[in-house]
Amino acid sequence: MSKLVSLSQAVQQYVHDGDMIYAAGFTHMIPFAAGHEIIRQKRRNLVLARATPDLIYDQMVAAGCASKVIFSYMGNPGVGSLRIVRAELEAGRLEWEEYSHFGMISRLQAGATGLPFMPMNPTAAGDLEHANPNYRTVTDPYTGQPVVVVPALKPDVAIVHVQRADADGNAQIWGIIGEQKEAAFAAKHVILTAEEIVDQAIIRSDPNRTLIPGFIVDAVCHVPYCSHPSYTQGYYDRDNDFYMEWDKISSSPEATQAYLDEWVYGVKDRDEYWQKLGSKTHKRLKVSKNLSSPVDYGKY
Amino acid sequence: MPELTYTSSELLTINAARLLRDGDTVFVGVGLPNLACNLARHTHAPNLMMIYEAGVIGAQPARLPLSIGDPTLVSGALSVCSMYDIFAFYLQRGNVDVGFMGGAQIDRFGNINATVIGDYQHPKVRLPGSGGSMEIAAWANRCYLLTPHQKRRFPEKLDFRTSAGFLGGRGERQAAGLRGGGMLAVVTDLGVMEPDENGELVLTALHPGASAEQARANTGWDLKVASDLKTTPAPSAEELRILREELDPQGIYLKGGA
Repeated sequence: MSKLVSLSQAVQQYVHDGDMIYAAGFTHMIPFAAGHEIIRQKRRNLVLARATPDLIYDQMVAAGCASKVIFSYMGNPGVGSLRIVRAELEAGRLEWEEYSHFGMISRLQAGATGLPFMPMNPTAAGDLEHANPNYRTVTDPYTGQPVVVVPALKPDVAIVHVQRADADGNAQIWGIIGEQKEAAFAAKHVILTAEEIVDQAIIRSDPNRTLIPGFIVDAVCHVPYCSHPSYTQGYYDRDNDFYMEWDKISSSPEATQAYLDEWVYGVKDRDEYWQKLGSKTHKRLKVSKNLSSPVDYGKY
Repeated sequence: MPELTYTSSELLTINAARLLRDGDTVFVGVGLPNLACNLARHTHAPNLMMIYEAGVIGAQPARLPLSIGDPTLVSGALSVCSMYDIFAFYLQRGNVDVGFMGGAQIDRFGNINATVIGDYQHPKVRLPGSGGSMEIAAWANRCYLLTPHQKRRFPEKLDFRTSAGFLGGRGERQAAGLRGGGMLAVVTDLGVMEPDENGELVLTALHPGASAEQARANTGWDLKVASDLKTTPAPSAEELRILREELDPQGIYLKGGA
């Protein structure tokens, strides 16, 4: 059954004020187009969970969408500070809940597998465990040794960008696969954005590459270039220049507002955004081919 | 032959590269540690296995990655896995030899603060936080840290303990049941500090031209100096050539100080 809808419809239907959102992707395939659509639809009081809030949540926080962030590394990757989230935390205007990467990902793993919590070996880094009461220590019933546990994370909505999916939402991802699969299985609803919508025969030709089955997906949106300024492996490069530029933009509230006005509120959708970026940027982010060797599944 | 000149970032990177052994499996951080690992791979450690927390195993980056999740890490790698897998199957399981750490503050026992300056609930300066630091410090076999030698970076007391070095001393780390050897070297632009039998960082080597007085004056605790204080070999022309011409030709990380 086709679940194809526009991204605007998907956000309208599945993202509500007060929801916990997990926009997935570790540096790779961050669904910026969905973040921008949520900003345009003026959602409020969202709880924004991501291992690395990245620029997508910096922009959503700047636009007033969030009341809380849940994270494990709050920086502009490769550049420095994530200025807006940081300033809001320092000013006491934004709630936060913090983990290490493994703690954060373990929460998703529990959520995705239907477990109440996940155990981890101790790290003896007690200060974060004291600061965040969600970290607990329990006794391993088999050895009597302490293990650290974190509770399942179950976002209301996961937003996952993929290279290709069929209209049912069977989705294939390659390159850095971060926590896309875990976020999708942990969430109550899944919005999928895809560079390409392909015939199901293409998905079936390489089933090992399917990380997300269509039956857990609610909406499938065809959104080419969805992840810019993040990237999609094999489709376009990470816009490192923009990540550095954001460091300047985000240091001034006026420049940030001007950015949102021009690049988020000022465009209708991702197509318009991508066209607006212009051919020079398109050329700069173009990647050349590097095909894998085909595998033979055999005919049976 | 004229004397070679180099920046403090180049000095840090070259001395960090020398800590790696051929065949090590290393959990690579972005920035100078990434350059150090690639320098080692191009010199004495061609069989270095580079693992990135984004879930990439056996990366051979063709360009300098700005972020820890750059696509160049994936193309040509041995394997790519999920973030859960990289932390669980690789790091927690004990399959990582070396972890490179960063942090705003480090104390005399090699504990790290990467979280906050000031009070946690009312931060004066909010830093990015742990990322993978908590687990790398606890579970990698050997941990190293690169940082400029400045008093504010080596305080008597941390504002927040993000990641474990030797906690309150070597025995405490053992009692806490952590795997791995803890913080085995802190490389600065003045020299190298290594833990003594109690786990306290002691100045064990100086770079050419630096003095123990300089190091002590730029350390927030009463820094002990090893009786057999060594001098590190100066960066070689070949090490500098690889760094400047092959690894960071635009000088993104190497220009100026660290």
